[in-house]
Amino acid sequence: MSNLNPETGPFFPRDRSWQPKAYTPDYKTSVVRSPQKALISFPNTISEITGPVFGHNILGELDHDLICNFAKPGESALGERIIVHGRVLDERGRGVPGALIEVWQANAGGRYRHKNEGYIAPLDPNFGGCGRTITNEDGAYEFRTVKPGPYPWPNGVNDWRPAHIHFSLFGAGFAQRLITQMYFEGDPLIPLCPIVNAISDARAIEQLIAPLDMANTIPMDARAYKFDIVLRGRRSGPFENKLEGN
Amino acid sequence: MVQSLNRLKESASQTAGPYVHIGCTPNFLGMAGVYPDDLGHAMVNDKTSGERITVTGCVFDGTGTPLKDALIEIWQADANGLYNSPSELRGSADPNFTGWGRQPTDLETGVFSFQTIKPGRVPFGDGRDQAPHISFWIVARGINLGLNTRMYFGDEEAANQEDPILARLEHKVRVPTLIAERQGDTYTFDIHLQGERETIFFDI
Ligand SMILES: [Fe+2]
Repeated sequence: MSNLNPETGPFFPRDRSWQPKAYTPDYKTSVVRSPQKALISFPNTISEITGPVFGHNILGELDHDLICNFAKPGESALGERIIVHGRVLDERGRGVPGALIEVWQANAGGRYRHKNEGYIAPLDPNFGGCGRTITNEDGAYEFRTVKPGPYPWPNGVNDWRPAHIHFSLFGAGFAQRLITQMYFEGDPLIPLCPIVNAISDARAIEQLIAPLDMANTIPMDARAYKFDIVLRGRRSGPFENKLEGN
Repeated sequence: MVQSLNRLKESASQTAGPYVHIGCTPNFLGMAGVYPDDLGHAMVNDKTSGERITVTGCVFDGTGTPLKDALIEIWQADANGLYNSPSELRGSADPNFTGWGRQPTDLETGVFSFQTIKPGRVPFGDGRDQAPHISFWIVARGINLGLNTRMYFGDEEAANQEDPILARLEHKVRVPTLIAERQGDTYTFDIHLQGERETIFFDI
């Protein structure tokens, strides 16, 4: 692993015009959950440039296989079988090795396995909806799952989330921590969604839409979608290791 | 024309949504059998060095209602002020302390709680000591981009007085929003997303 020479420089400042704003009233829940005062900036300290790192020893054999990791022996989840793969990169374009990725999603009918979920679409007894993996030395990862269905949610009278998979990512520093969602190429619900439209820059939205990747399909088994994720990059070089002030 | 910087843009954040537990704390949700336990559930073990403490609180929205679907992660140094991270080059942290915890707020009450230890002091960029603190990251439905804040310790008045980050805050009246008061072994750190007592959030 490239952990032999761990990087400890400060991260590039976050581009907050690219990121969604906190207050996005078309997404109604954000109205009372958005801070209204200015964020306070300070230069990264050791508390921000370090972060937890996870070893492959935490992973079970089926953790990255949502088709099987909740299924009864010999059975599998219902739905369109897909591979979701890609790389975790940083803003410098380098692969991020050893990055823990956690995903969660609705089943093929748009139903989540959650206490607070009341959508009438049925649960799939063979689908839990969570998975995780850790990127390899190139930053590459792969999951197998079923394509989640769109689902209605209480916001407007008739708002539907586009099909999506939730992604949680750990880089090497706590300041890189990110949660986002992956959308699917061609979904007509994407431009209608108030959560998507919390992002104001169309290019930032496009970056969250995974294209169909026929080259990586498994013939007669599963189609593939490619989804690269970019975490904050950091400066690194001989002039950057003065953080201890000595 | 000049050369391109060839930089990528950080992927845009999207809300963790109401079902974040499925992916991050499935055992808390009662979805047993996929992962042996929820990551970040235990920060300490029997051999961890340092003073055992509980950190608890609620996350309140602008109406004063506690969030019952938030997820909170904390990151802190060990008792000697070292982080359990490959990016920590100053020494080896306590192997019996992860430094990282993750807890959902309770689905009924909205209370979160961490069993941890009191962290040591770590340096600021210029070498001055920072006051002991715990970094917080809060995500939830309705939060488009995770919120960063810090908890400082109410019984560390002298250290807090000289903390370089607390010192640079212009509106001293807001400093108490970052300070958890101690009662016994428990520190209470309530987070207010909005309103008169809005917590100071950081752009880190
Ligand atoms: Fe969702």
